[in-house]
Amino acid sequence: MLGKSVTAIKNFSAAEIRSVLDAAYKFKQIIKRGGEKKLSNLRGKAIVNLFYEPSTRTRTSFELAGKYLGADVVSINSGTSSIVKGESLRDTLRTIEAMGVDAIVMRHKAEGAADFATQVVKPVIINAGDGAHAHPSQALLDLFTIEQRKGRLAGLKVAIVGDILHSRVARSDVYAMTRMGMEVRLAGFKTLLPRFFDFDGVTVYESLDDAIKGVDVINVLRIQLERQQAGLFPSTREYARVFGINDERLKLAADNVLILHPGPQNKGLEISSEVTYCERSAIQDQVQNGVAIRMALLDLTLGGDA
Amino acid sequence: MNQTWQFQNKFQSLLIRGGRVLDPANDFDGAADVLIVDGKIVKVAPDINYSAQIEYDATGKLVTPGLIDMHVHFREPGQEAKEDFLSGAKAAAAGGFTTVATMPNTSPVVDNAALVRAMVKRAEDVGLVNIKIIGAVTKAQQGQELAEMRDMIAAGAVAFSDDGHFDANAKIFLNALDYLHGTGKVIICHEEETELVAGGVMNEGKRSALLGLKGRPTVAEDIAVARDVLLAEYTGGRVHIAHISSARAVDIVREGKRRGVKVTAEVTPQHLTMTDDLVNPADASTKINPPLRTQADCDACLTGLLDGTIDAIVTDHSPHAPEEKDREYIYAPSGFPGLETSVGVLLTELYHTGKVDLRTLISKMTAEPAQVFGLDAGTLSVGAAADVTIIDTELAWTVDAKNFYTRGSHSPFVGRELKGRAVATIVRDNLMTLNQM
Repeated sequence: MLGKSVTAIKNFSAAEIRSVLDAAYKFKQIIKRGGEKKLSNLRGKAIVNLFYEPSTRTRTSFELAGKYLGADVVSINSGTSSIVKGESLRDTLRTIEAMGVDAIVMRHKAEGAADFATQVVKPVIINAGDGAHAHPSQALLDLFTIEQRKGRLAGLKVAIVGDILHSRVARSDVYAMTRMGMEVRLAGFKTLLPRFFDFDGVTVYESLDDAIKGVDVINVLRIQLERQQAGLFPSTREYARVFGINDERLKLAADNVLILHPGPQNKGLEISSEVTYCERSAIQDQVQNGVAIRMALLDLTLGGDA
Repeated sequence: MNQTWQFQNKFQSLLIRGGRVLDPANDFDGAADVLIVDGKIVKVAPDINYSAQIEYDATGKLVTPGLIDMHVHFREPGQEAKEDFLSGAKAAAAGGFTTVATMPNTSPVVDNAALVRAMVKRAEDVGLVNIKIIGAVTKAQQGQELAEMRDMIAAGAVAFSDDGHFDANAKIFLNALDYLHGTGKVIICHEEETELVAGGVMNEGKRSALLGLKGRPTVAEDIAVARDVLLAEYTGGRVHIAHISSARAVDIVREGKRRGVKVTAEVTPQHLTMTDDLVNPADASTKINPPLRTQADCDACLTGLLDGTIDAIVTDHSPHAPEEKDREYIYAPSGFPGLETSVGVLLTELYHTGKVDLRTLISKMTAEPAQVFGLDAGTLSVGAAADVTIIDTELAWTVDAKNFYTRGSHSPFVGRELKGRAVATIVRDNLMTLNQM
């Protein structure tokens, strides 16, 4: 994977996914053991985080991942850069490239922005989310979290529930999970499901109860409040009642069902507080695993040797 | 291959020798010479004996009435970074077109007689090809108040359109049809129901579902076409469906025609030959409204073209400045240039594959659009203005934006290897030719 840009998980083979997960196990040990975390794998490398959208966990975890590996990391926020002066994406990327960086981690509202970047500049591009298209590191950390808690991936049943239509997480998870032999179910109000979604190994449900029956994992997606204003559902109250994940509903799933959420959560809307903080919830693990996965991605693509 | 054109070669008399003359308006297809004197067709017959100032050897070539494209965006006034009348006219001539009609979605919108007169004058000054002016249906194309269409007709407008926008207010649109009744002028309708396509950048389908790009569903086009066919029927007015792209919409037009509704339709080369599978979110070249659809939609458009449901082929030539298209898919403007690729794409994808005969293709770019819009063009009749296109159907070439005369550079046809193109375009007393040295 040396020198490879990471724009979408659909470009990853099962073997490549495996190698990222294996590397992440190693880095997770280093994070967990405490004490000195700083490695020298990427010493002398420079990484720029170019975020056109707000983000807490993804940006911070990429930043820490780069720093733990010994790279120099700079984060650019669109609000405080020449982007607000109307600079085009091409020119911003070329400007960053000219400063001698080795990788650009990019979050952007526009689907395809990371792929566009790979055509424009030479540094490794890591997509940290492009619109509703892809979020490869999220899919990898979801797999990593599931494997750590369940001991395996192949054969598990996963329900991804909520706003599938606007979700780059769902569009990345379906590739990642089916490639690793998992059975994927998507569930949402029909207004929040893409029409014509046609994917081998993925079944689409309009009923939450049907979708989560017997599943091993539920990935609860964030519901943005503006979806209600856009008329996609009538009220947050009704959403919570019909499609919210709560203790009562979890009885339909497998006994040890694992709960994921990419964050940030709307408590009481798509997920209840009890579920968020219960022992079946792996939401905190996801955050820690996110750093390990991002270390793995940066290390494998930027050519450190651990 | 050299793809430059010679745009200036004035003559008093020109004899086009040895070609296959295909003139659907006169139901003529055969070997013949064409004699032009003082800007008019004087004779079409085999072995004309005449000592002309210029003889053009058209052996092995197709000689047709000058091609017509009733849907182009030449961006004047106000958007000259995208195109102007001169760059557009050169692109038209280099594509084999002798008559084009410009859409009024400019800055400002061409929505009054003064602007129509100014653009008619500008067209005359530029020359090269016949540039016709289409006026707006509503003031500033806002869909709220009727524009002064009778004044614009007097100033030379050939048709009316709020192209780029669907006239969402059905009452205003009905009024427009009634208001134009009896003038013989047609309203060209951009058919995408506004709310259903808001924010959409590509066809809603399997591809958009996977890419996460917001879709523009076919049903948005279908209900718009259905409404306007019904309003045409109700008012007795004339509607012309712009760039039809959806299979169901083709059915609705066909059914309307069967009932005697005064509805006509046009289709573009891209909607006949390209699908949303080509959409790459990292390259906005394929972004256009209505969007590239599915193979079933392409097939339905082709069927409609062959069975007479669709009357005309247009390019919807919509150039943008390169830097406008060279950006994120969702932010790039819709549209791409088409004048210089149309003939090549149609011949390669439809004629050489045996899907459409030459006569139908040429008819849809000459006789039929001339009839729909009441133009004095599209024929090689004796006495007609000498607008003639000479096509080499076998000439192989590769589309390279560097050779475009249009200011637009981003087209999904760039890089295509095509077979066939116009090699000479004659407008009255001027012979424009592809340099083949």
